[in-house]
Amino acid sequence: MRHLARLLCLSLLLAACSAPPAAPTTPATPATPTTPPPATLTVFAAASLTESFGELGQLFEARRPGVTVVFNFAGSQQLVQQLAQDAPADVFASANNRQMQAAVETGRVDAASPQTFVHNRLVVVTPADNRAGLASFADLARPGLKLVLAAPEVPVGQYAQEFLELAGQDPALGADFVAGVTQNIVSYEENVRAVLSKVALGEADAGIVYATDAASAGDAVRILPIPDALNVVASYPLAPIANSAQAELAAQFIALVLSPEGRAVLARYGFDPAPQP
Amino acid sequence: MSPSPPRPRSAGRGRLDGWWLLSLPLLAFLVVPIAALLGRVEPDQVLDNLRSPVVRQAIGVSLRTTLFSTALVIVAGIPVAQVLARPDTRLRRLVDALVDLPTVLPPAVAGIALLVTFGRRGLLGGVLELGGVAIPFTQAAVVLAQLFVSAPFFIKSAAIGFGQVPPDLRQAAGLDGASSWQVFRFVTVPLARTALITGAALSWARALGEFGATIIFAGNFPGRTQTMPLAIYIGFELDFNLALTLSAILIGLSLLTLLLVKWLLHPKAGADTPA
Repeated sequence: MRHLARLLCLSLLLAACSAPPAAPTTPATPATPTTPPPATLTVFAAASLTESFGELGQLFEARRPGVTVVFNFAGSQQLVQQLAQDAPADVFASANNRQMQAAVETGRVDAASPQTFVHNRLVVVTPADNRAGLASFADLARPGLKLVLAAPEVPVGQYAQEFLELAGQDPALGADFVAGVTQNIVSYEENVRAVLSKVALGEADAGIVYATDAASAGDAVRILPIPDALNVVASYPLAPIANSAQAELAAQFIALVLSPEGRAVLARYGFDPAPQP
Repeated sequence: MSPSPPRPRSAGRGRLDGWWLLSLPLLAFLVVPIAALLGRVEPDQVLDNLRSPVVRQAIGVSLRTTLFSTALVIVAGIPVAQVLARPDTRLRRLVDALVDLPTVLPPAVAGIALLVTFGRRGLLGGVLELGGVAIPFTQAAVVLAQLFVSAPFFIKSAAIGFGQVPPDLRQAAGLDGASSWQVFRFVTVPLARTALITGAALSWARALGEFGATIIFAGNFPGRTQTMPLAIYIGFELDFNLALTLSAILIGLSLLTLLLVKWLLHPKAGADTPA
């Protein structure tokens, strides 16, 4: 009994010791006089930028010896909440304007600084073998098809609904198309990657996802474009954090993202780079 | 219940001794979050939300599917429990371990396993397709997901119940001319009744809370495959109150089930035997 109590105390003590997360320490190796002092650039970026920004980060580090780029990838909404709680950050890249606006409202981003750097489009994906034989997005209304979308609560699901609304107003497609598509929906998935998985596995005949997600699936899916007139384009804005201690590095990183080289990287991951200002 | 003979005080139940004190941190950790959630629920809002079609459909899907899955668990689980209640052999232990597996696996693993088995491109997909059956994205998929994760709860409980039926009672009934079905029906089942009902209730409560396997294998479609846990998860970001209402209903149903099992079926436990 007493032994147990002692054990409990010990474990509580241990827990207390390990509780405070180790503060991010600067690299231990002292900088040689020839290289600039080590610095860390913290980039908060939407989850859909994970692969492309990861590559841009490596590119940036290669250009600037001594600089470490630390990414925090999460849902844009989560990132804004972290910014609101004064989480240390130097750059914020959001998956939509609404969350960038929310970041401006927290005071961490100057209202004038956000600029759109890429767009993301919706595409229809089918399994690689396209067993249902879809020839274009217009076939989505064909009876008996199994179609998965993201839930309307998820941004990409909201965009898919907007696509259907636009399609409903198109005389060539019309209300029958929307009714047919709606009839074919078998699931509203919790996120865009779940839509992609179910299509890639062949459990669904088609799904609607971001072009970037479709690109990340490689050969596992086949892509059918959605025409621009019906496509709902998601804009990704980027901005430096107003009270950043690394303002100069932040500006340089943003310049890299907007440079032809950065745009080429983003395009490779399925994004439409925004026209340069 | 019945007056019990005086017992040594050292075994005194309900006395606040050191063990009680030491158990408080974990008990509080388990209870406080549930209480905090219930504290956020406003009765007006619950009544309001109960009128929402999303909530009603989710409750309907949950009750319908768990009724099916629990019935299946009982019918198909009794033979497994009988096997597990037999004398120990290496094979029995293997079955025992296999039955335990779904309880320790992440439900998402169960969902993927079901998908690669019963999915269109799964192990049995071709056979099912020939029969014109497509399981993913249907209520049948919800039932199968629940069956997979909840069956162990019934089987384990039923096996313990069957194991506690004295073999000589069954032998005596057999000697008196009862068929093996009659022995099962009139001796084994009545004696194992408490364990069977407890197992069924636990398994039902687990099926009611099933989430991970369902969303992967059955998808999420309101009124068809969207059970209460799915509606809570999907609705959480859009309408926190709706998620709260459904959570409160789930907690209420589950707690009620567990309490009924503990108090009504084990009336002695509260009186003089340790639970």
